[in-house]
Amino acid sequence: MLTNIISISLGAILINNFIFSQFLGCCPFLGCSSKVDTATGMGLAVVFVMGLASAICWVIDQFILVPLGLEFLQTLAFILVIASLVQFVEMFLKKSVPSLYSALGIYLPLITTNCAVLGVVLLNVQNDYNFIESVVYGITGGLGFMLAIVLFASVRERVAFSDYPECFEGFPICLVSAGLLALAFMGFSGMQIFA
Amino acid sequence: MNIKKQFTEGLITNNPVLVQLIGMCATMAITTTLFNGVGMGLSVLIILTCCNVVVSAIRKIIPNEIRLAIFVVIIAGFVTIVDLLLQAYIPALSDALGVFIPLIVVNCIIIGRAEAFCQKNTVGASFFDGIFQGLGYTLVLIVMCVFRELLGSGRFGGGLIDIVNGFRFTLDGTGSGIQIFPEDFGASILTLPFGGFITLGLLIAIMQYALKKSAKKKEAAAKAEKEAEEVC
Repeated sequence: MLTNIISISLGAILINNFIFSQFLGCCPFLGCSSKVDTATGMGLAVVFVMGLASAICWVIDQFILVPLGLEFLQTLAFILVIASLVQFVEMFLKKSVPSLYSALGIYLPLITTNCAVLGVVLLNVQNDYNFIESVVYGITGGLGFMLAIVLFASVRERVAFSDYPECFEGFPICLVSAGLLALAFMGFSGMQIFA
Repeated sequence: MNIKKQFTEGLITNNPVLVQLIGMCATMAITTTLFNGVGMGLSVLIILTCCNVVVSAIRKIIPNEIRLAIFVVIIAGFVTIVDLLLQAYIPALSDALGVFIPLIVVNCIIIGRAEAFCQKNTVGASFFDGIFQGLGYTLVLIVMCVFRELLGSGRFGGGLIDIVNGFRFTLDGTGSGIQIFPEDFGASILTLPFGGFITLGLLIAIMQYALKKSAKKKEAAAKAEKEAEEVC
């Protein structure tokens, strides 16, 4: 059990990083990474929502959809759960933990359309994870996203001062530097964990 | 809003991926063979067109406050339909694209068009917008697939074109493709995630260069015309 959890977490953070090897969550990754502060905020919000969404969607899938034979509604059910979950988290934080709310602020509503969140929930179902494994995969997947976005934001802060061709202004130079980061993360792909 | 203008907007001047810079996750993830690219592009085209028509048809009765939730439900419905159809009739494509078919739900292209275009336009205009934006997306996917597949493994049309039993198109993903040069000479790194980022970066850079150049040309032409008028 423990080895299983360790291998899931290392896999989600380093080997199969959500951004650099599975391309899940690229839009916020490229959109919210111009400063390290905002990247950290976005990363924290994603860890939080991904962990919570994994837990709730697992319960809904196992206790409502599967017994009723409604597995074909998974996509629809999960996206509704994520959208309402994000709304609830927003309202809850606003009332009870205003300091965290103001730190996450505008990033919370954006998370609904982050494909890493829906992706992790669908992958949980695909991999037949149990409750604990799902939650661990959700949280560590979020941590992998956070690691990637914070690293990338610090790269971008330096890229801003460098000299590159004019037509690479904006997104293209970001994509090229993200590609180089992905190349670095490929180094983990040979790792074998308790296989 | 005429059809010809919508056509050039969807394919070139307002291309969803290269100019609007949305829907990039799937673009980078699945463009490894032509089979995947064409399959994904056409799936998005169909879903986008259906959603555009439905959203524009009911645009006057949707309450403004909950419009995003309604859009998401409509999109998720069509995505589920396409997902089940692919599983039933083209299982190879459904296996190859995996989680990226259900993830079309959160693809910003579809919700973006619903929000930016269909809310304000008629059913007919939205229908053509869906088709042309979908074609623009498919075009980018095809260009990326051809580039990555050709330079990565020396092949063209993997999965889609079969030349073993005469030239024909296959739908079960078993086509071997046309081997242009031996696979050993390919830069196999282009078929890995790194290749996805770099190829898309280069494509957007080329697009920005071309758009800037054509804008400059237009400016110069307008300037010359003005000068000519002044001389007269």
